[in-house]
Amino acid sequence: MKNTMTIATKEFKSYVSSPMAYIVIAVFLLGTGYFFATGTATFTQTSLGGFLGNMFYVAIILLLIAVLTMRLLAEERKLGTIELLLTAPVKDSEIILGKFLGSLGIVLVMIILTFYFPVLLYIYGDPDFGPIASSYLGLFLISCAALAIGIFASSLTSNQIIAVVVAGGILLGLWFLGYATSSLPQSLGNVVGYFSLSSYWPSFVEGVIDTRGIVYYLSITVLFLFLAIRSLENSRWS
Amino acid sequence: MINVKNLTKYYGKRLAVDNITFNIEKGDIVGLLGPNAAGKTTTMRMLTGFLAPTSGDVEIAGNSMLTHSLEARRHIGYLPEIIPLYTDMTVRSYLDFAARLRGYSPPKIKNRISDVIGICHLEEYANVYISKLSKGFKQRVGVAQAIVHEPDVLILDEPTVGIDPIQVATTRQLIKDLGKEHTVILSTHILSEVSTICERVIIINEGKIIAEDRIENLSYLITGARRVRLEVKGPAKQVTEMLRQIKGISRISYSEGFYTIEYPANLDLRSKITEAVVQNGFTLLSLEVITMSLEDIFLKLTKDEETAK
Repeated sequence: MKNTMTIATKEFKSYVSSPMAYIVIAVFLLGTGYFFATGTATFTQTSLGGFLGNMFYVAIILLLIAVLTMRLLAEERKLGTIELLLTAPVKDSEIILGKFLGSLGIVLVMIILTFYFPVLLYIYGDPDFGPIASSYLGLFLISCAALAIGIFASSLTSNQIIAVVVAGGILLGLWFLGYATSSLPQSLGNVVGYFSLSSYWPSFVEGVIDTRGIVYYLSITVLFLFLAIRSLENSRWS
Repeated sequence: MINVKNLTKYYGKRLAVDNITFNIEKGDIVGLLGPNAAGKTTTMRMLTGFLAPTSGDVEIAGNSMLTHSLEARRHIGYLPEIIPLYTDMTVRSYLDFAARLRGYSPPKIKNRISDVIGICHLEEYANVYISKLSKGFKQRVGVAQAIVHEPDVLILDEPTVGIDPIQVATTRQLIKDLGKEHTVILSTHILSEVSTICERVIIINEGKIIAEDRIENLSYLITGARRVRLEVKGPAKQVTEMLRQIKGISRISYSEGFYTIEYPANLDLRSKITEAVVQNGFTLLSLEVITMSLEDIFLKLTKDEETAK
């Protein structure tokens, strides 16, 4: 755990001292503000449905997370610093988990910076805090899954562009898969739906904490972190 | 301290390291010498656990890299060929990270980092971002990260490549000093580096060890001959003819006023040669014993290897 925290702290600091994280956070806040404002004004919603209920905007959030994670291992390979990590007395799992927690830290900062939306809703309206809390829970969980997928993609290559394209491809694929189910035969559609990031999403935004959703997002997170660890191990045998 | 047993590495079908075995005792400074693409870096990477061998094993301080990798890695300080620097960190914060990563705990870290910054002469740059440093200083930071956690074993891959001559000299002196407390293995393709720093040398070519010994033994063993260089005043033809008369000389060559003479190591013909020169009425201007350089040794070994095939 100590090693994991050493790496997590280093990653977090590294984000804070590079422009990339600020750009991602700025784009996120701009987009969020826009969809929140238009959603609230147009539909007089007193929830976060304005931005979190918009399937395209959630896709953009997923892509922003892919951009955040693309450097995590690809850059280490490119700069050769991977040799420092892999020859230190640190387990491969501690490296991946450290990277995950470090980037999760930045995502949490990103999420916390949107807390003024519920405050605005409270000042100007009478919001139901249930759906807001469940929306944030969903946002946290789907972010974890996206981070894990991004770290896995970054572990495959020394090229950050390839990493972000692979991560974006997996994320968008898993996200929009859910919207394809209606055009499939029902039995097949149901099965495909189980694997989609978007199938469990609406209930979180509407205020229902769906256990299947929690299990699904956590499973995706664990699966891809595991794959990233294997990918790191595998590089020793190349 | 370092035991390497039958280490072999294939990259796909290409054989990079071919069944090498060697031991390094505690406190030794050993040079791993070979031309580019001889398998030096691959060997270093297997010593540090960065790469897994196709077969064979490495033991560091009695810990197998295959079965007790973490314990083995705890004893290692490693400077890879590409210096692993996070350019967005300052020297001090980078060393702090490296120390923690190698299991150094907080109360000791601060003093140790100050010590290492002193050892590597980085005082003025401690709070400078690594991206702003010149190549030579980056190299020093690389050495600093390798020693910051006080490892028993130092593994340095081409530690003086790409830095200017003055910095090469200071880096070599630094490695020599480190060798007093650490077991050091360094790889290089520069022969003079091995002869100035190392006590022992392992010569590899095409993934195989072709020679391994103490430096002073090696030059003697391989030549099996002594060489002297003469400077004689007199016509070259007659002097060569005169030298041919001396019993025991195996080879004479002449270039630009100097005669290089080889004879078996069990003879010392120096007095005979000087007598002959004087008796024949020539003037002896200088006589110098040449020990074979590592360049010569290396060329010869590689040639022997080829003829053996």
